[in-house]
Amino acid sequence: MNLIAFYMTLSMVVFLLGLHGLLTLTDPLRRLIAVNLMSSGTFLAMVALARRTDPADPVLHALVVTGLVVAISATAFALRLVTASLQFFQTRSMPDASGNNKATNDHRTGDHKDS
Amino acid sequence: MTSSLLPDLVLSALLLVMAWGAMYAPARASAMSLFIAFGVVMALIWARLGAPDLALAEAAIGAGLTGTLLIQAASRAPSQQQTTLPMTSFVVALVFVAAASLWFLAYLMSAEGYSLIVEPDLASDYRMVPDLPQRVAETLPDSGVSYSVTAVLLNFRSWDTLLELMVLLLALIGVRQLAPTPTIYRTDRQALPTTPPAAPPTSADTWPLLRVWAKMLAPALLITGSYLLWRGAEAPGGAFQAGALLAAAAVMLRLAGLIPPLRWSRLWLRLAILAGGLSFFSVAVLTAVAGDGWLHYPQALAKSLILFIEIVATLSIAVTLGLLVIGEREDLRR
Repeated sequence: MNLIAFYMTLSMVVFLLGLHGLLTLTDPLRRLIAVNLMSSGTFLAMVALARRTDPADPVLHALVVTGLVVAISATAFALRLVTASLQFFQTRSMPDASGNNKATNDHRTGDHKDS
Repeated sequence: MTSSLLPDLVLSALLLVMAWGAMYAPARASAMSLFIAFGVVMALIWARLGAPDLALAEAAIGAGLTGTLLIQAASRAPSQQQTTLPMTSFVVALVFVAAASLWFLAYLMSAEGYSLIVEPDLASDYRMVPDLPQRVAETLPDSGVSYSVTAVLLNFRSWDTLLELMVLLLALIGVRQLAPTPTIYRTDRQALPTTPPAAPPTSADTWPLLRVWAKMLAPALLITGSYLLWRGAEAPGGAFQAGALLAAAAVMLRLAGLIPPLRWSRLWLRLAILAGGLSFFSVAVLTAVAGDGWLHYPQALAKSLILFIEIVATLSIAVTLGLLVIGEREDLRR
């Protein structure tokens, strides 16, 4: 068992753990963490494969640097989607119509207050 | 298995514990902290695998900025109901993961799989080993920089980097379009009409330690970031790592309340966000119109072009990443 096989296996484990989390967790924030774990597993496989040559493959390293930045962009956007959908469902689940109006009013006062 | 794999065993055990905790820790705050720790262990593994660029990028982006992002969102989201799963689910997951990984390992150890991952010294017997690294090494002198990863990022595969800047821009626009309102997570609606929306406590009052630390760390981050940018041409480092460090400095100062909000309406801010993508794009157009082709730098100018793109891109990456992370606050709203 060499280094590459070891880390390829580790990448598989991390990826599958993330997949399990994504499928079973209910908290959207934890699901995001699970997706991030899956991407970490993928990156780990790529970097382990980059070790096949000496010196290590710079193309794979560059791709993973790109991937890291894309991953944080996607995470930030997904987080915003999560917060926006939470807001949506909280407003929608108000018991009566007056509550709904109130919510929109709060909305406005909040905006005014900040400006 | 040889004893030389001992550090790897320790690292991977740490990694798996952190990964497990980051998803299943009972309290959400501890899950987020464990995710940051996961990023730090991951950075150690990158260093172990001989990828210093990735170790730098992971520590700054993967652990630091993503962690801040998640913790901020978690502190605003309503406290989560029960997240623990039935015990059988864990057992099924463990058995499945273990079985699949062992099967994968067995495949890698078989003759067919082994040819995929053969160590460098045995490579000559197999044709599975890619020849890309060799071709990169051969053309490196013409690329304008002497460090291979930077050469790949900004010369050989500059298309990727250009599009990556666009992805960053797109993410920022998306985050801004879904901009939060101050009342997103308010649950006690009855109390609201009388009390004006509570001004978020300025962190300046609540976290004196953060203020002191931010004042000490920010200059160090600035210098380290500039150094990484400067050294990127011949050593590990470069625009993304430098940009992430500068973004971290900005986020920290902003959280400590030491700098005013970076208002979206300011022209210089928008220009800074667009500068990286625009300058890269105009270089691409110029090379397509006046030169040999799309993003095909003239050899004499390659070094200065790459340096120019890197400096402008660092600025854009720093501002964009910083805004992505503290976009929850008032910075993006107007």
